[in-house]
Amino acid sequence: MSASAQSPNLPVPRSRSSRAMNTMADVVAALGGLVLDQVAALGDVTIFMLRTFRWLVTRAPRKGTLLPSFYQIGVLSLPVVALTGTFIGMVLAEQSYAQFRFFRLETRLGGVINVSLLRELGPVLAATMLAGRVGSAMAAELGTMRVTEQIDALASMGANPIHYLVVPRFLGCLLLIPTLTIMADFMGVIGGALYSTLRLGIDSHHYWENSKRVLGAFDLFQGVFKSFFFGAAIALISCHRGFHCDPGAEGVGRAATSAFVYSFVTILVLDLQLGIVLNAVYYYLWPEGSAML
Amino acid sequence: MSKPNDSASLLETRGLHVDFGRHHVLREINLQIPRGQTLAVIGESGCGKTVLLKTLIGLIRPSRGQVLFDGRDLAEMDEQELNQQRIRYGFVFQQAALFDSMTVARNVGFPLSQHSDKREDEIRQAVAERLAEVGLPESVMNKKPAELSGGMRKRVGLARALIMSPEVMLYDEPTTGLDPIMSDVINELIVRTRQRNPVTGIVVTHDMNTAKKVADRIVMLYPLSRLRREEPQVIFDGSARDLERTDDPRVSQFVNGEAGERLSEMQDIVAGAGS
Repeated sequence: MSASAQSPNLPVPRSRSSRAMNTMADVVAALGGLVLDQVAALGDVTIFMLRTFRWLVTRAPRKGTLLPSFYQIGVLSLPVVALTGTFIGMVLAEQSYAQFRFFRLETRLGGVINVSLLRELGPVLAATMLAGRVGSAMAAELGTMRVTEQIDALASMGANPIHYLVVPRFLGCLLLIPTLTIMADFMGVIGGALYSTLRLGIDSHHYWENSKRVLGAFDLFQGVFKSFFFGAAIALISCHRGFHCDPGAEGVGRAATSAFVYSFVTILVLDLQLGIVLNAVYYYLWPEGSAML
Repeated sequence: MSKPNDSASLLETRGLHVDFGRHHVLREINLQIPRGQTLAVIGESGCGKTVLLKTLIGLIRPSRGQVLFDGRDLAEMDEQELNQQRIRYGFVFQQAALFDSMTVARNVGFPLSQHSDKREDEIRQAVAERLAEVGLPESVMNKKPAELSGGMRKRVGLARALIMSPEVMLYDEPTTGLDPIMSDVINELIVRTRQRNPVTGIVVTHDMNTAKKVADRIVMLYPLSRLRREEPQVIFDGSARDLERTDDPRVSQFVNGEAGERLSEMQDIVAGAGS
């Protein structure tokens, strides 16, 4: 006799296997929902990017909107990027020294530090600082404007919010991140060299000679080239997060945090992808380069 | 199909529906707003008044149906054209929505700086005139919005909305959060704006004094969650005098501000959800 027949008012107890099936179905449904949300979000960012590109080519932004963005993104970011660049150069020297000393290759330290800086750490560090300092601030500012209806007000007065708010920030990030990257590279090289020669006692002449032998213009180009993509990604992701901010102070906080997290993950993914492509280009153009490294 | 009074309507909604995901906010709204009329849209919080207002200027796209401005469907306009048409509107936001990074002068002069070739001093002159119309001295021009009181911010928002001499004025709860005297100042400004210019107005409010004072037609929306599928969402459409005489208990409950059974209904819902 079934349980429901014995006590019709009580819920029918489910078997362990049906409970497990339901749990699995819930997990699959949750995962499916997550994937759908991510695909929708990616589509949304892509549309946002295309709209930004369209406004970029159809009408130039006014100087009055461009200059404050450039000042905020470029000038105010320089000191912090320079400082972190210097320290990362010194840290690289300190951490690598013991390994190189073991093989009596201390003088090769310059090549390794400078190649790492120019190809990877300079651009990634500058982009990370930009995402943290400027990306979060942009998301919070635009998010606040969204929550307080300032973006609606802008649109209601016949000014397109993408053209007025996003394009100047996008151009600021795109055009100024190379200068920040070069600054991070330069200060990192100086920091690493000073630490190696003054603190670790490596011969300055050999340090620079080894650097010169390993380092080429392509290393600088690689870092600067990647930085354009990082800058564009930071601006688009941060502005998109701000434009789609949830209501309230919590929503603005979440927009700022997610702008940094998504920007940082995108920077790392782009870094790997572009690194693979650029290395392939390098070895195609200069096959002897692989032997040198 | 065209209706006889189409040419007189500056704004019209036809079978307007607005949904946010599964949440339905507006259903089958058909409104014709003739040139020069001031329409008050009343209704309790959450009934879709502000959504209707933003749909009328194209800030929210309809899920179904049309919004016609001067006989043209807003959904069929491209971005550039929509921006051009929006210059013919003035929008006063609930919290004024002033740009907090700009001074009052730059806020009010913003539409002119975007859409006219006027020089800086000409814009400043026009701003001073508009501010004087809403009773604000020139000394506020260099202040930031954060330095102003709520009533002053509302009046700056009104001056900004009027600077392009719009054909349609949209007011989103213009008196909310203001003291009774300042509320009446805002009502008076809305009336004077209409007397000075042949402007069409839509005022979203739940302040009955505002609705009665400024509007020559009142429409009441009802929340969809309280309606059956076949019931219309516009439960009243008439003059202020008709509003007093209505025998619809839902309208008179709102007009007289009576809670009725609402509190116990809310408590029942909470209790139901809890169990």
